[in-house]
Amino acid sequence: MSWLTSTVWKIPRAGTLLLFVGACWVAPSAAQELRVPESAMAGQAAVISTNGSGHATFYLIGPGTSIKREINLGEDVHVAPESLEDSGQYLAIVCSESCGSATFYVQPSHPASLSFLVHPSRVPDNQPDAVSGVAFPFDHFGNLVLDPLAVTFQAAGPKEKLFAREVSTRDGVAWFRTASGKSVGPLHITASIGPVSSPRVIAQVASEPCNLRIKGQRTAKGILVETEPVHDCAGNPVADGTIVTFNASGDGEKSTVDAPIKGDVARALITDSGPVTISAASGVAMTNELRVGGK
Amino acid sequence: MKWTLSIALVAATIVLIAAGLFQTRSGGGTVGIAAGRALPGFAMRPDTPEHALTILLGAVQRRDWKQALTVMRTNDAATSEDEQAMAQDWQGSNGSLRTFSSLESFDLWPQHATTDEAQIRARLNWTTPVGPVEDLRDFNLTRSGEIWTVTLPRTEPPNVPAQIVPVTYLRWDLVSGNGQDKWGTHNLDAPRVRIISMNAVNSAQGVVVMGEVENEDTVPAFVNVNATLLNASAAVIDQENSFDKIAHVLLPKAVSPYRIDFPGLDLAKVKNVRMDIKAALVPASADPVIGVMDQKIEQDLQGNPVLHGALLNQSGQTVNIPHVIASFSDSNGRVIWVSDGYVDNALLPQSSAPFAIQIPRNVATNVRSFHVVVNQYSLENS
Repeated sequence: MSWLTSTVWKIPRAGTLLLFVGACWVAPSAAQELRVPESAMAGQAAVISTNGSGHATFYLIGPGTSIKREINLGEDVHVAPESLEDSGQYLAIVCSESCGSATFYVQPSHPASLSFLVHPSRVPDNQPDAVSGVAFPFDHFGNLVLDPLAVTFQAAGPKEKLFAREVSTRDGVAWFRTASGKSVGPLHITASIGPVSSPRVIAQVASEPCNLRIKGQRTAKGILVETEPVHDCAGNPVADGTIVTFNASGDGEKSTVDAPIKGDVARALITDSGPVTISAASGVAMTNELRVGGK
Repeated sequence: MKWTLSIALVAATIVLIAAGLFQTRSGGGTVGIAAGRALPGFAMRPDTPEHALTILLGAVQRRDWKQALTVMRTNDAATSEDEQAMAQDWQGSNGSLRTFSSLESFDLWPQHATTDEAQIRARLNWTTPVGPVEDLRDFNLTRSGEIWTVTLPRTEPPNVPAQIVPVTYLRWDLVSGNGQDKWGTHNLDAPRVRIISMNAVNSAQGVVVMGEVENEDTVPAFVNVNATLLNASAAVIDQENSFDKIAHVLLPKAVSPYRIDFPGLDLAKVKNVRMDIKAALVPASADPVIGVMDQKIEQDLQGNPVLHGALLNQSGQTVNIPHVIASFSDSNGRVIWVSDGYVDNALLPQSSAPFAIQIPRNVATNVRSFHVVVNQYSLENS
């Protein structure tokens, strides 16, 4: 390793802070002048100018990066792009007989990805302010882009376009809140900044069953009882698999069947032979009572 | 002196062998130790009703169906069909809980006896994978000549005719991401479940925390309920979960009782109960559908209150081990007890099997309503 070779350490941020404080401590006795870039961008090379002559030691301390290099005073110091991938405050120090320092800020690069969180993953239909989403723009190096950016949120249900809204980020965050749609099915939500987009899918599901009704008839095996198609109050079919509890009582005994809805209808077989009164319930919804005479 | 010792040892050996041959086998047998005849031809004669039943149950312990049939038949020779039916009756079939069980011990109580007939009640203690199971049975015995025989009601195995049961198959599969997925791409919420009732009581065994839990979501949930008992200084006394006293997989809108036992604890020392419910997305199937028919609280042979009923498998799939969980509520709708029981026999498609769940006497007087759910274990799904 020659004496000109740079040495790069990846150090924890707490260590960076200590080095920064230490460098500030020596700064008052600085005699060297440094000219740092007024605006630097993450992942781009930067040039730091020095004055004077002779040999000196150059230090660059930033978030997650630390460099020590032997330089010739009066020449420009070229900082490679890979040394400036993390955005934040950087401190440049040059020490020969005395030390001088200067700070500069590396801005995040252009947005390259969007972290997009949507909640909830299942939402009942027709609910106000039920869906929310939050987007965080990051550049290619994983820096949160803090400058205001216009994020476009779009949501489309299975039968309808719910909304398209442009929201400016504030401190690197943009968010929305909206009502769920009227129909059940997948709800596609996309957040985009220019060509960068992040799609998510959540499920719009039916709300509680509404106007639950049953019908039945006695067969050779027993009483075959079934619901009419189970819908919520908006007319959407309640999810298959939802349990409907059939309850038959008569002659001091009762029979119950927990039957799942399949194809919008739940069916059960009650084997009581005497006269029974049958009802059903699903969640908070109750059905009509069905009276069936004995065999 | 040398001859005296030898003669004494030989005599003691002969006495012990004779005692072993002719001693009646007691009910407290040890699992894994065969209690068969030491010498061929030295069979016990069932000359009393207790003897006959002891021979039968001892043979059941050893799964010696041939010997069991000797105290059940007097005239005809036992056929292989009889032996098979006997084995199926006592040993179980179709992967039922009985097939994994063994008769550990039994106790006999003579109920009634004349010179030719007798009735004996037996408490059969089975060891099973889900813990000890106690079974109470009445046996009728009759005398034929000088020996007694056991008259068992012939239990016909459920005969399911060949048929096609159309099933609209409904199941949920869970697609989970891998570690390389971006943040936020797999943010599936856990199912929304809720404890809809909770009650803590003192029982003979300790503190019991019980209630009901509902899946309020539109997807199946794997549910477990935990309870933490805290004392007056908010220090944790004990922490337990519902273990098998809950139907873990709840379909949307399904309600299950739960019960959490804290053995040996006194409720008077408990200031607070902290409940915690854990729910996770889980692949599930909506089948089989099991109806609970003819539910009624009655008294069993010992006069204990028991919830009777029959399970009806309405699907085309065999349920190997049905598990019944029931919650009992008082007139205010508050859950005052949760009890459960496993059914010995497998539940074949389109067939039914009886069940019985014990209720403590002090609870039974306050029960106004009950809710029964059926948990099921099917070997093909496990």
